[in-house]
Amino acid sequence: MGTYIVKRLFIAVPVFVGITVLSFLIMNMAPGNPVDMLINPNIPKELLELKRERLGLNDPLYVQYANWLGGVLRGDLGYSFSSYAPVSRLIGERIGPTLLLAAASLLLGLLIAIPVGIISAVKRNSKLDYFLTGMTFLGISIPPFFLGLGLIYVVGIQFKWLPTGGMTTLGGDGGAGDILLHMILPVTVLGAAIAGKKVRYVRASMLEVLGQDYLRTARAKGLRELAVTNKHALRNALIPVIAVVGAEIPLLLGGSIVIEQVFQWPGIGQLTMEAILSRDYPVLMGLNLIAACVVLLTNLFTDVLYAAADPRITYG
Amino acid sequence: MSATTLPWEQPNTRVEGYVRQVRRKFVRHRLAIWGLAVTILLILTALFAPWLTPYPPNDVTSAFGAKPSAAHWLGTDQVGRDVLSRLLYGTRVSLFIGFTTVAIYVTFGTFVGMAAGYYGGWLDMAVMRMTDIFLSFPYMLVVLVIVSMLGSQISTIMIVLALFKWPTIAMLVRGSVLAAKELDYIKAGVALGFRTPRILLRHMLPTIIGPIIVSATFGVAGTILSEAGLSFLGMGVKSPQASLGNMLHDAQSLTVLTEQQWLWMPAGCMILIAVLAVNFVGDGLRDALDAKA
Repeated sequence: MGTYIVKRLFIAVPVFVGITVLSFLIMNMAPGNPVDMLINPNIPKELLELKRERLGLNDPLYVQYANWLGGVLRGDLGYSFSSYAPVSRLIGERIGPTLLLAAASLLLGLLIAIPVGIISAVKRNSKLDYFLTGMTFLGISIPPFFLGLGLIYVVGIQFKWLPTGGMTTLGGDGGAGDILLHMILPVTVLGAAIAGKKVRYVRASMLEVLGQDYLRTARAKGLRELAVTNKHALRNALIPVIAVVGAEIPLLLGGSIVIEQVFQWPGIGQLTMEAILSRDYPVLMGLNLIAACVVLLTNLFTDVLYAAADPRITYG
Repeated sequence: MSATTLPWEQPNTRVEGYVRQVRRKFVRHRLAIWGLAVTILLILTALFAPWLTPYPPNDVTSAFGAKPSAAHWLGTDQVGRDVLSRLLYGTRVSLFIGFTTVAIYVTFGTFVGMAAGYYGGWLDMAVMRMTDIFLSFPYMLVVLVIVSMLGSQISTIMIVLALFKWPTIAMLVRGSVLAAKELDYIKAGVALGFRTPRILLRHMLPTIIGPIIVSATFGVAGTILSEAGLSFLGMGVKSPQASLGNMLHDAQSLTVLTEQQWLWMPAGCMILIAVLAVNFVGDGLRDALDAKA
């Protein structure tokens, strides 16, 4: 177990370096540079050249990369072109709502996917299984923004049951209950997408476990069917599911852009769209880099968790 | 003579070929057949869009934001373009992007994955770390950012979508190759001194093609969704060219959402139908190509 974690960490280092290199290269694809963006066109050329020199823009690419990486490791992601605020602060301010949305959606997704997957597997090839499978495909196939717009139209506007945008009511108290009401629609949309993806895994994993000998033993010794499926089978069936939960993090971070746009949720996704529309490249790169690192860390975490849950796993 | 005869010794029976077996299993999957029928119908619609559409998709007609009527079955948009015509052309663009992008990344990913799995060593190590790096970036985010920088020509969109998707195929192919490498007839090929390209393409590829086809099919569905998402955010296919995603872009305004449903409902349903149909085909293929089932 200890060696596994060390090996796994060892692998993560080159991947981290690769992530920073790729982020840096993407940033360099952007047309224009910070000097063109920062300075007004009336300033003489010589001064611009001086500024370029001072910012290191005339250095070879690898020197620029090294300087930038040094900053990144100290937590300095540069400054926003449009608001001049540090990128790290901008992201810090907006990450809370996104994490709240992501965590709630993941929870809802799993709360749907696990029971549905179990029922589908236990009653395989029944009418119920086909129905649930059909619903699952609907969940995978519906564009999140279309589902979101549909929900806003029906639930929010026709029936006026729920707020359709933002995180709190304007002029309201902004309490937990208010936020919760605002969360219902976006979490439903993201949660449905996640549930759709997960049901197949739970079902397949459960089917595999259900065929195993130790379950026959459990039945033979007279255990009730519910105890067999929900305790004996489920425990082992969920192990592979842990591994793929980690795979949902990129989906959640990427998907939140669309969802936050549809529901005007004040998180990272909205920040991304604002930065794209104002061509605020330092913010975009900071977002990309942080998101990639979050994904790297969650993958690391799930792999370790996976190994802890299943002692047979070793790193080959 | 022995009492039992093997299948191929009996008269009038043939051992069922692989393709025939796959076809039989696929046909049994009713949703997959429906999916395939709808997919083919959509592809035909997309191919023949110029002859099917009542108006050129970018032409301004006399009515602005008009409700569906006999002249305009799905109404017109705010600048007076016929929605049905745009819907068909949008489907054309979305399907084109979906299939082409997948063709690009599946070809590339298969090539890289085969090389990594077959040769192993440092090449394998490098490719695997590369896939880790690319897959660390949230797909939607990184694609959105790069497309916003490079501009949203259709070719750019397809290349960027493919650039962050090939690792999934490469990983899949590498795994299959590692397993297939141990098969006797592959080893026999090596022992007989066949050239590596021949072993990889003639012997290895047919063995491992099943999961690639399944993944590619689901990939088409996923790519159509991704492109729709990009265009919905205003960073994909740009107006005046219609795509299913950018037809929904306008529905972000409250008046369009509540009072002009004909502008966004059809495009949304079209994406759903296309993605659902392709996903069903993928599911049918997965069941049919799985030799164990």
